[in-house]
Amino acid sequence: MMDRHFWGDTAVLTRRSLTHVLRSPDTIVTTAVMPVAIMLLFVFVLGGSIDTGAGAGAGSYVDYLLPGILLITVATGVSYTAYRLFLDLQGGLLERFRSMPVARTSVLWAHVLTSLVANVVSLVLVVGVAVAIGFRSGAAVPAWLGVVGIMLLFTLALTWLAVIPGLTATSVEGASAFSYPLVFLPFLSSAFAPTDAMPGPVRWFAEHQPVTAIVDALRALLTQQPVGTGIWTALAWCVGLLVLAVLVAARTYRRKLS
Amino acid sequence: MSAEPAPAPTPTRAAAPAAASSGPAVRVRGLTKSYGDLAVLRGVDLDVARGSVLALLGSNGAGKTTLVKILSTLLRADSGTASVNGFDVATQARDVRASLSLTGQFAAVDGLLTGRENLELVARLRHLPRPGAIADELLARFSLTEAGGRRAATFSGGMQRRLDLAMSLVGHPAVVVLDEPTTGLDPEARLGVWAAVAELAAGGTSVLLTTQHLEEAERLADRIAILHGGRILVDGTLAELTALLPPARVEYVEKRPSLEDVFLALTASGRGVPAEPSTATSAASTTSTTTRTTEREGDL
Repeated sequence: MMDRHFWGDTAVLTRRSLTHVLRSPDTIVTTAVMPVAIMLLFVFVLGGSIDTGAGAGAGSYVDYLLPGILLITVATGVSYTAYRLFLDLQGGLLERFRSMPVARTSVLWAHVLTSLVANVVSLVLVVGVAVAIGFRSGAAVPAWLGVVGIMLLFTLALTWLAVIPGLTATSVEGASAFSYPLVFLPFLSSAFAPTDAMPGPVRWFAEHQPVTAIVDALRALLTQQPVGTGIWTALAWCVGLLVLAVLVAARTYRRKLS
Repeated sequence: MSAEPAPAPTPTRAAAPAAASSGPAVRVRGLTKSYGDLAVLRGVDLDVARGSVLALLGSNGAGKTTLVKILSTLLRADSGTASVNGFDVATQARDVRASLSLTGQFAAVDGLLTGRENLELVARLRHLPRPGAIADELLARFSLTEAGGRRAATFSGGMQRRLDLAMSLVGHPAVVVLDEPTTGLDPEARLGVWAAVAELAAGGTSVLLTTQHLEEAERLADRIAILHGGRILVDGTLAELTALLPPARVEYVEKRPSLEDVFLALTASGRGVPAEPSTATSAASTTSTTTRTTEREGDL
């Protein structure tokens, strides 16, 4: 049953949460700093000795690398959602909102929408740096729309995942620590190097985890390669993760009331 | 700062549903709540009459906060019933939330927003027109007009508490619940909160106040209930409660100013030394007076 004030309340609370981001713009910058550093490290230090294979097209290494870097950016960015939600919980604001005639899910949706906006800004910063160091794509508008769509879906899924530690953590560190494995996951995927050269078990893991599927789909779109059925695997991972995260997050939120 | 002219102080009573009935503001019957094996509330019965102040006394862990959370729909009871402004907390939670405002034990203000923005936020979430005007009015009432443009994180503890209280009064809720409102405040800030509660009561708002300070209950409450062992042990006016003890015996003792009197006298309104005693400080300015006090036989 949707509350009749859902949209209005969500808008008011999103505005509040975006004000937080505007008043601490460092959160957007720090979200972009690590992915950019990793990108520079790989492009200028390690990338020269990584053989991306013929299948990856004739582009430069930064073209190969960018999709993985974008995913790392989102994985870093969503930890701020957990952080902000945890502070609301700890500071008593969540209780204040919940004891008021406010649509219940608006409180969570406001944080989720804020995360989408903040992550898009961080992603634009990262792409800007990538273009500055030589990233080029001849992708047409539909392909770019595909990239944007996948990234939004991925951000939405990871943000809802971040809601869970935000509601359950007992310390600020705990609230944001969940993102470390997410940031690490791209290293065990096709994000930095093709999976062909990896030893058996690692290769098996890399080829069956979501980052590889998503990175491959993004890369195909950006380099004008046929996406094949891979894009459906990528979308299935995103949607599956999103549904699971929303269900667990909503259940966790309801359980806070017992 | 908004250029909107302050409106005539017509009470913009929120989307607050019309008081459902003429019954008590808060009615609790047979309420129980356990956390695992630990039974915190074991059949609580309690009424808060409309327009009255009830102080709920109890030691730490007596279950005051649990009861308050059930009344503000943050927790569900295991059994029993509770209603606020005539609405059942379990089945009419939304109407309860529109009728009641909770001030928890710690100031729940948004530190990154200014004092004014905090108040406007609550006004918008209560779906009231003219949030800017509401914020201005409350800032003035709680002596926060000057600080209103600063982020709440920069406020002192007492100012944050006043802002917190002001946020609870947005929209003139019918019932205000204050959970240990003066815990952790210095004496001056505490007097400020007491004045605000007295003003609320005078304006006809029903107040449920939990406290560990007996003096606070004596000063503010029309009725006092003692929560102990998961039940309401006694419930009555101060006179009724004192009548439960053996009769007083009259003694004359010399009253010296308490440290609190001295503190308040010296720090009052920025004066270093109380040159001329005002009414508030007169007690302290006389170094020792012979005062009639009563002492009970078998005192605690």
